[in-house]
Amino acid sequence: MATEGGTLASARPAAGWIGRARHRPIALAAVGFATLVVVIGLGVAMGSVAIAPIDTLAIIAHRLFGLDLGRSWSVSADTIVWDLRVPRVLMSLVVGTALAVAGATFQGLLRNPLADPYVLGTASGAALGAAIAVLLPIRIVILGFGLLQGLAFVGALASIYTVYRLSRIGGLSPLTSLLLTGYAVGSLLAAGLAMAMYISGAALRQIFSYLLGGFDGASWSQLAATLPLVAIGSALIILRARTLNGLLLGEEAAAHLGIDVVRERAVLLALASLITAAAVAVSGLIGFVGLVVPHVVRLIVGPSARLVLPLSALGGAVLLAFADVVARSAGDIPVGIVTALVGAPFFILLLRRSRTGYEL
Amino acid sequence: MIELDDVSISYGGRVVLSGIDLSVAAGERAALIGPNGAGKSTLLRAVTGLVVPSRGQVRVAGDPLRGLDRAAIARRIAVVPQQVSVPFSTTVEQLVGLGRLPHEDPLRGARPADRAAVASAIERVGIGHLLGRDVRELSLGERQLVLVALAVAQAAPVLILDEPTVHLDLRHQVATMQLLVDLNVRDGATILAVLHDLSLAAAFFPRLALLDGGRLVADGTPAEVLSAERIGGVFGVEPSMVRVVEPALS
Repeated sequence: MATEGGTLASARPAAGWIGRARHRPIALAAVGFATLVVVIGLGVAMGSVAIAPIDTLAIIAHRLFGLDLGRSWSVSADTIVWDLRVPRVLMSLVVGTALAVAGATFQGLLRNPLADPYVLGTASGAALGAAIAVLLPIRIVILGFGLLQGLAFVGALASIYTVYRLSRIGGLSPLTSLLLTGYAVGSLLAAGLAMAMYISGAALRQIFSYLLGGFDGASWSQLAATLPLVAIGSALIILRARTLNGLLLGEEAAAHLGIDVVRERAVLLALASLITAAAVAVSGLIGFVGLVVPHVVRLIVGPSARLVLPLSALGGAVLLAFADVVARSAGDIPVGIVTALVGAPFFILLLRRSRTGYEL
Repeated sequence: MIELDDVSISYGGRVVLSGIDLSVAAGERAALIGPNGAGKSTLLRAVTGLVVPSRGQVRVAGDPLRGLDRAAIARRIAVVPQQVSVPFSTTVEQLVGLGRLPHEDPLRGARPADRAAVASAIERVGIGHLLGRDVRELSLGERQLVLVALAVAQAAPVLILDEPTVHLDLRHQVATMQLLVDLNVRDGATILAVLHDLSLAAAFFPRLALLDGGRLVADGTPAEVLSAERIGGVFGVEPSMVRVVEPALS
């Protein structure tokens, strides 16, 4: 046979390469968890009010386990650590996880390396919802959620639902149709947002601050609503990793590999949109996390969604918590500026270092 | 193994296949030939359950296709796609591993048995030397072999190919054909392939089914099917251009 080059002898060097690559996910997870611990520590310890690290630890130990480490602290220190810093750090982890998992999912579903959680109009929908909430003369707050979070959440989901329905042709939503409809609907919503900003007057700053993203208002009650949505949504996506693996080869080939593509794609789109909406409702539009993290993970462990999804969840959490620490220490600038400043050059560097680049 | 019973398919009122009766027995090796638009690819899509016939029935290993879900079909039929592009950097081993998706545990993923099947498919197709390579760096001929290995890893009794030799140079065309013959003769795989190249079809397939205008117009050995007059009539070329030779392998 003309293909007899594949003897075991010639396979050996390659097998060694694979052998090394198999250990990479474990190493990456270990580094990720270690960094996570450091970043959580930094996030809770740092802030404009100086609180001794040992006091911070004592407050958390007391709140979590009722332990008394023999320290005393003021009521304000207790509030700052337990009601402001801890929820803020946890929220950055939850949002980072949501964006990175949603980004990996959209990239796999759309077979497009440039896809991010916002590609099908969620960002524009959420932004328009938030802008309308700012303009409406109604102020309601239920369990830490105002009209802004509510309308941003609804706006994100409504826009992606509209995109999905409009792109259907005879029961199917072809990928190109989905992407182009997403672009068209996104443009329409962006026009609405621009109009809202134009007439907003003094409220412009509030809309702008939402667009740049941040965790200023993070609270335990917000966390209590966001965390379950993101945790359950991400877990259900990770359980469907085999669908994303099949889609590596395209929709028809995935069907030949036993995947009910139409149903699975609808389910994954819904789950990824849900966790994106949950994230953008509380944090605003934070860019680059959902685009960059899955790529970094793929370059290290390969394209299998079984590894890419959970490691992206970890990486997204670490990156966004770190970005928030940087944002706070730089005078509380919006975290979206930091993720773009850190993410974009890092992404360019990775693309230049990877041997093959990306085919579009 | 594959039975089409009076199968007709129309797309938006246009009849693409009409009254097809075709049966491919277990262990057989058959090629579908015919001009562009004859309905060859649609027939393959009907056999793999991607389109549902408007009339008639398709059965695989005795079971009506309509009653099987995608995973059950994938365990019976492996399809070698035409050239594919992958959106992310993917090694040959990772790509061939996708052949195990219909067998994988949905929660735990690949088990040792799956990894063994991937290793043996890679050895069977003879692409061990490509293992750690990125599939996007391979030549078209090498990619074709990787896709065949993926289908072999799927371990289904039926192997279906849609123009496996298109884009390939002569050496890789022959290598792919020899591999198919080998998988059929040694491993007992039932093979149904759409082929454009009549010479390759005649040389490597003992049975040809000729489609024209959505109908099965001839079905038999290459010598029976490839008469100069029929080829002239179906493909619209001068019969003097056609010289039918005896098959080299059948």
